[in-house]
Amino acid sequence: MENMIKVNIIDREGKTHVLDAPTDMNMNIMEICKSYELPVEGTCGGMALCASCQVYLESDTTLHEQSDAELAMLDQAFHVKDNSRLGCQIRITEEIDGIVLRLAP
Amino acid sequence: MIETDIIIIGAGPVGLFTVFEAGLLKLRCHLIDSLPAAGGQLIEIYPKKPIYDIPGYPTVNAGELVEKLMEQCSVFKPGFTLGESATELTETEDQKFIVTTNKGTQHKAPIVMIAGGLGVFEPRKPPIAELANYEEKGVEYIIRDPEFYKGKRVIVSGGGDSALDWSIYLVEKNIVSELSLVHRRTSFRGHLDSVQKVMDMAAAGKINLITDAEVTGISGNGKVEAVTINHATMGNIEKPTDHFIPLFGLTPSLGPIANWGLEIEKNAVKVDTFDYSTNRKGVYAIGDINTYAGKLKLILCGFHEGTLAVQSAFARIYPNKKNVLKYTTVNGVSGF
Repeated sequence: MENMIKVNIIDREGKTHVLDAPTDMNMNIMEICKSYELPVEGTCGGMALCASCQVYLESDTTLHEQSDAELAMLDQAFHVKDNSRLGCQIRITEEIDGIVLRLAP
Repeated sequence: MIETDIIIIGAGPVGLFTVFEAGLLKLRCHLIDSLPAAGGQLIEIYPKKPIYDIPGYPTVNAGELVEKLMEQCSVFKPGFTLGESATELTETEDQKFIVTTNKGTQHKAPIVMIAGGLGVFEPRKPPIAELANYEEKGVEYIIRDPEFYKGKRVIVSGGGDSALDWSIYLVEKNIVSELSLVHRRTSFRGHLDSVQKVMDMAAAGKINLITDAEVTGISGNGKVEAVTINHATMGNIEKPTDHFIPLFGLTPSLGPIANWGLEIEKNAVKVDTFDYSTNRKGVYAIGDINTYAGKLKLILCGFHEGTLAVQSAFARIYPNKKNVLKYTTVNGVSGF
């Protein structure tokens, strides 16, 4: 399908969800998870201010560098690993087609 | 006992605008909020962020919007109970409600409107299994009175401004006998001058700075006696202490209203879109805290919900009194 990519989300029970994500709707990973009713809170709405959308990057997808705001927020979060990311800061673009992300606890 | 017409739980934008709409119907309001100032998440999470979808404002900073809403509703002289969270809802024989806060303040009114937004802001708690057993027994999430730590050994954990600032304060004022600051990374993201000060104090041996480490366990007989610190390279270190203070900011949770006999769905209060009433007569839920088919969590929608809810509240308080919608352009606004 045009302007659609696949996003793989592994939920907290270990189940993988393959999501069709549109690249032309200005969406991010937190939002695509919510639209599929996966258990992601996204409390702050995507401003990198709550860390309730923390995910672990499990594919070798190249992502843009993390912003200061994202790193600062992850500093306050728990269960943080080297591959931790905030879902709200990963935009749905062609470049991340096939990405594998695991929801943090 | 504080008595009013409408008790509004939550002093965010929707709660504040509801004061105005209630005032137009000559109903008085009293707001309760767990935060020390009005504004809710707009003030607590993003005061400097611009909002672009408030009608009539091409752009407005969240903090500024709260200021404007305070100004707008001030003519109806709302009461405030701030820094206290509403914990209990009881019904009286004369069909009124009593809302009691965690500090025991009581409020009585025929109508309760829950405008709780994201819920109650509570300290973010690190995932340590024994943590709950030691709360107020050496584990504190908020420093209420620094003198409480006089002559004690204290371990502060966290990498933000509150962890840095409190560490500096407790040492500079010669309050604690020993202070360790544990942080998961080597760098800090607080204000640059605070970070520098902590580094200087660590170099001078005044602060025991433990970076690349996390507190992962607590031990002690009935009170905190030691914590386990997991260090990236050195493994587990057992460190004796009198207090462990995790400072990781605040996070919202639905809180006590979850136990008020209200129908809850998806972590929100279910309402009837006719008037945003809940399953308990006289209790309404407006703004981000409610849910219904087609719900959008927008300030704009919350304003609409509050406006309709006060109309229903009026009819409930004065079932035999006639009322008609009046435009503010006709006679202006006359306050209390």
